[in-house]
Amino acid sequence: MDFLNPVINGFAVVLEPMNLLYCLIGVVIGMLIGVLPGLGPAATIAILLPLTYNVEPVTAIIMLAGIFYGAQYGGTITSVLLRLPGEASSVVTVFDGYQMAKQGRAGTALGLASIGSFIGGTASIIGLTFLAPIVASFALDFGPAEYTALALLGILLVATISSGSKTKALIAAALGLLLATVGRDIFTGENRFTFGSLELADGIDFVPIAMGIFGLGEIMYNLEERHRAAKAPSAVANVRPSRRDLKQASGAIGRGSVLGFFLGILPGGGATIASMASYAMEKKRAKQPERFGKGAPEGVAGPETANNAAATSSFIPLLTLGIPANATMALMFGALLIQGVTPGPQLVEQDPGLFWGVVNSMYIGNILLLIMSLPLVGIFVKILRVRAAILAPITALITLLGAYTINNSMFDVTLVVVFGIVGYLMKKFGFEPGPLVLAFVLGSLLESSLRRALLVFGGDPLGFFGRPISATLLIVFVLVAALPGIRSALAKRKAIVPAGTAATEIKEKV
Amino acid sequence: MIPVQAAFPVSGGGNSSNAVSSAGNGTNDLPGSDLSGTEVDDLTPEQLAAQWEEEKPPAAGALANVGSSLVVIGVGIGAVVLSIAMGLGTPSAPQPGLWPFMISCVMVALGLFQLIMGRHNRDAEKFTRMSAAPLTGLVTLAAMVALMPIAGFELPALVLCIIWMRFLGGETWRSTLLVSAVVVAAFYGIFVMALNTSIPHLF
Repeated sequence: MDFLNPVINGFAVVLEPMNLLYCLIGVVIGMLIGVLPGLGPAATIAILLPLTYNVEPVTAIIMLAGIFYGAQYGGTITSVLLRLPGEASSVVTVFDGYQMAKQGRAGTALGLASIGSFIGGTASIIGLTFLAPIVASFALDFGPAEYTALALLGILLVATISSGSKTKALIAAALGLLLATVGRDIFTGENRFTFGSLELADGIDFVPIAMGIFGLGEIMYNLEERHRAAKAPSAVANVRPSRRDLKQASGAIGRGSVLGFFLGILPGGGATIASMASYAMEKKRAKQPERFGKGAPEGVAGPETANNAAATSSFIPLLTLGIPANATMALMFGALLIQGVTPGPQLVEQDPGLFWGVVNSMYIGNILLLIMSLPLVGIFVKILRVRAAILAPITALITLLGAYTINNSMFDVTLVVVFGIVGYLMKKFGFEPGPLVLAFVLGSLLESSLRRALLVFGGDPLGFFGRPISATLLIVFVLVAALPGIRSALAKRKAIVPAGTAATEIKEKV
Repeated sequence: MIPVQAAFPVSGGGNSSNAVSSAGNGTNDLPGSDLSGTEVDDLTPEQLAAQWEEEKPPAAGALANVGSSLVVIGVGIGAVVLSIAMGLGTPSAPQPGLWPFMISCVMVALGLFQLIMGRHNRDAEKFTRMSAAPLTGLVTLAAMVALMPIAGFELPALVLCIIWMRFLGGETWRSTLLVSAVVVAAFYGIFVMALNTSIPHLF
């Protein structure tokens, strides 16, 4: 049980009063911003990044984990009460959650969601505790070639799993990689794409990009529409679910935990897929599937459990390989880099205090979420009554002034506005912003590993196929890249066959 | 982040390819398609997804795809030219331009692919009268960035709040003025007095 020692030491880190306090602040602020319609966890974290600047790395990350959980739960609250999912992973919560709210059981729905989130999250952290060191030790042998292949695969998977057009997602990713090259070349020291600007010579910071594209872009996009019909329901009572409800939902929570954990490890929108898969599974398993969509407690508990479990287990690729699995994790990655922490296989060995501090802070974040969410629901309902018209300028100002405080520079604020425009236009024209940010974060890692690997191979790109792990990863890469083509070819073939039979039928009729 | 985009893979929770087609082009054959305004509260997931689909702003035409593809190609070609100017070198002894050159070539290729294959995509949104709101918002934000170093943040922030609340949000004058004043005062309290940041301020 030697390996448990650092785990236990990690608890000592987390339980320092200062860290507890920051975790608490993170959860509360995360919920406050996350509950604003239209702002999901990625936007919330992006807007709040400046908060973590002047604190110790461990504390900052503990706070970020708090913000993350809070924002996640904030999305659940709007799903249940307003029928507005804060993010893709709580879309399915709307179906039964809102119906429960209509029947006066909003409190029960929120209570079940938070209990499910707590159990799913906790189960997932336990899984992470055991799995992460194994993955990390496996990844310790990774050289530049493996990292090149891994980063390429990560970007491709996130782009292909995104909901919109795959080509557009890939274009966004390419733009992200290109933006990452702005500034001094790490190998030769030459300036690239700086156009003579001194401020650009150090490269573009991650924070203004994230704040602009996720934060301001999202705020501007929301200005155009659409949450006009939002009206908060009258009252939320009885947050504590009855024993019968709990019994009814317990199976869903258990299955959701396991399902979410495994789906979360896979790159690309883990939490979203997990919640949808869980909803589908619960509906299929139910004795009376027709109850779903009419306020079935399992329909809330299962997906909410699964998305929290997945959100937690998606930390595994980030903390052990240094490869973020989705846009939210890309933000976490960026935040860690700012703190001077490079997530990767060495992290467990070199800085066990930090690693286990981060992992264990998730327990605390989950517990705080459970404690805070139930009594505070009333306050959030009040926030929801505040009209979007008033909240929009406040969040915009928080973003602008927050961006200034990072480096005390107006240049950063300008960048935030510029990337806000980029983010808005991207959403308007159907380009997902997630792959851009993810690719930007991975850009310099990808370039430097690629160049190192090519040096090792003497400039021969076929060298990547000479190493088993990088070869496997690249073959998977090619398969994933070719899959849409193969699938559409198959679909066309299928489409031709029925069309042909239809034609013959018509002929016969004639 | 937004309901409409995420709506299509979920209806029914089962076979996702069916769900896509029913939410994407078949809103008419769903029983929920004629309920605009009436009983919006008792919807099945499928109807809800269809309703979200309907509330989505109108899709832009082929021009949007051509335009965005051309911008992508343009950026890509520009980056190709600049990368070549930086020098490419060889894979074993790369110059600074090699990596950006590779990315921008991929970008141009993707842009061309999108230009041709994406002709029938309708995932872009049309600019409508409602798009005036983000444009106004953008102008105020840009003005604020320009004015902050000169005039401090208080007055630009106040003006921004007033414009966003009164003209973009349709609040009453009374609540607009009241809330704006409180908001700016609160920001002053947090950023100047409490956190003591060096944000340019007038007072």
